[in-house]
Amino acid sequence: MPHLAVSDVRAKYGSLEVLKGISFSIEKGEIVALVGPSGSGKSTVLRALMGLTPITGGDVDLAGERLNYSSSREVRAARDRMAIVFQQYNLFQNMTVMQNLTLAPLKIKRWDRAEVEAEARRLLGLVGLSDKIDAYSDQLSGGQQQRVALARALALKPQILLLDEVTSALDPELVGEVLDAIRKLAAEGMTMVIVSHEMGFVREVADKVVFMDAGQIIEAGTPAELFDTPKTDRAQNFFSNILRH
Amino acid sequence: MERILEQAPRFFSGPNLTLLFESAMLTLGMTLAGCLIGFGFAFVLVFLRQTPGLWALPLRLVCITYVEVFRRIPFIVVIYLVLFFIQTVTPDASLFTIAVIAICLYAVAYTADIIRGGLESVPATQVEAAQAMNLSRLQTNLRIVLPQAWPVIVPPAIAFAVSFIKDTALVSQVGVFELTFRGKELNNQGYSGILVFGTIAFCYFLLSFPLSLLGQHLEKRLATPRGERRTRKIRQP
Repeated sequence: MPHLAVSDVRAKYGSLEVLKGISFSIEKGEIVALVGPSGSGKSTVLRALMGLTPITGGDVDLAGERLNYSSSREVRAARDRMAIVFQQYNLFQNMTVMQNLTLAPLKIKRWDRAEVEAEARRLLGLVGLSDKIDAYSDQLSGGQQQRVALARALALKPQILLLDEVTSALDPELVGEVLDAIRKLAAEGMTMVIVSHEMGFVREVADKVVFMDAGQIIEAGTPAELFDTPKTDRAQNFFSNILRH
Repeated sequence: MERILEQAPRFFSGPNLTLLFESAMLTLGMTLAGCLIGFGFAFVLVFLRQTPGLWALPLRLVCITYVEVFRRIPFIVVIYLVLFFIQTVTPDASLFTIAVIAICLYAVAYTADIIRGGLESVPATQVEAAQAMNLSRLQTNLRIVLPQAWPVIVPPAIAFAVSFIKDTALVSQVGVFELTFRGKELNNQGYSGILVFGTIAFCYFLLSFPLSLLGQHLEKRLATPRGERRTRKIRQP
């Protein structure tokens, strides 16, 4: 049984159907990358999983449990098991790095303070920011903020980590440090769904690549299958365009 | 002019000054009490107004109606409404209480919009990040949104309170012994109107100016990024 199974998930913004039946699955410890042109619905898949965009149909199963998003309690249950990192980091501006990491574990999960703080220090070490523990986000570079955001998501001990274009807002010279941090997570066996435009990185870390266009999955397979021998015309066009750059 | 000079020593005598001081404190007291309580209720109102969902539609309508109605009524009319309403409920309510309630009702309507504007100035992405961590709406507002909205809320809220110190002169109409009421009284006792109301004018200035300075100080402090606010400048050896 897969760790996460998404089947026929649909979502709408007003009357516009942005997800037209999305199905994919991940085994524990796997990394799935969602790729595709802008507006294809990749980010919406992650937002729908987090209950930030309402799901209008379909099923999501996580670790053998059905998440049905039908009530606020169900949505809370989903958010309790997953964590998301946003393109714009979205660190809480009024809090220090440490407070950002410990807020939800302490106030929502009600875990033990000493353990939460020790874990926060460990995670900041993992992303290479131990010296920024008392900094506010306006004192950090974009890359540093995004690494803090990664650590903040991990502090929630999610069963699955969702990364939504986490390097798209960064200056090119800062992309590497964030990708390095994600590589470490991959090595630790974190299960992740990644939306990314960094094709080299996707090819390197992903176990499975899902190509989306116009709210549908066009093709899915291993990185080698999609990058080297895409079967559909749309995937061929997309990858040949991207890989030419 | 001669009359003013001649009256001045008698006018600035102990009992008169005490009277003026007391009434000045009354003006300040009812303004601050009314505005602070009003400010508190305004937060509740804004929070209720933001309640999502169809079931909360009547609630939102009540909140919006309150703000829109009270912003369109002259303050003096609010005072009379409160006066007559309270007197039918409890005939022995003090005039001070009535004044504070009237100020409060008015302050809620005005500061609610200031607060709403402040909360809306915080990027929606901050709220989303909090939601994704399962923070409740109240927790999100108190821990994330409000602390970031203060710089937008505080300056206009203080400006409102400062301007309201003047507007409370209107409650002299119902007989509260505040500054303007005392002025009329002293004027009736035969003191020159210029002398009396010149002094009263100066008192109003003395009351509101320090509050304005406080507002400016807070505005500057809140505009400083948090990282720089805490660190003291390191002394050069």
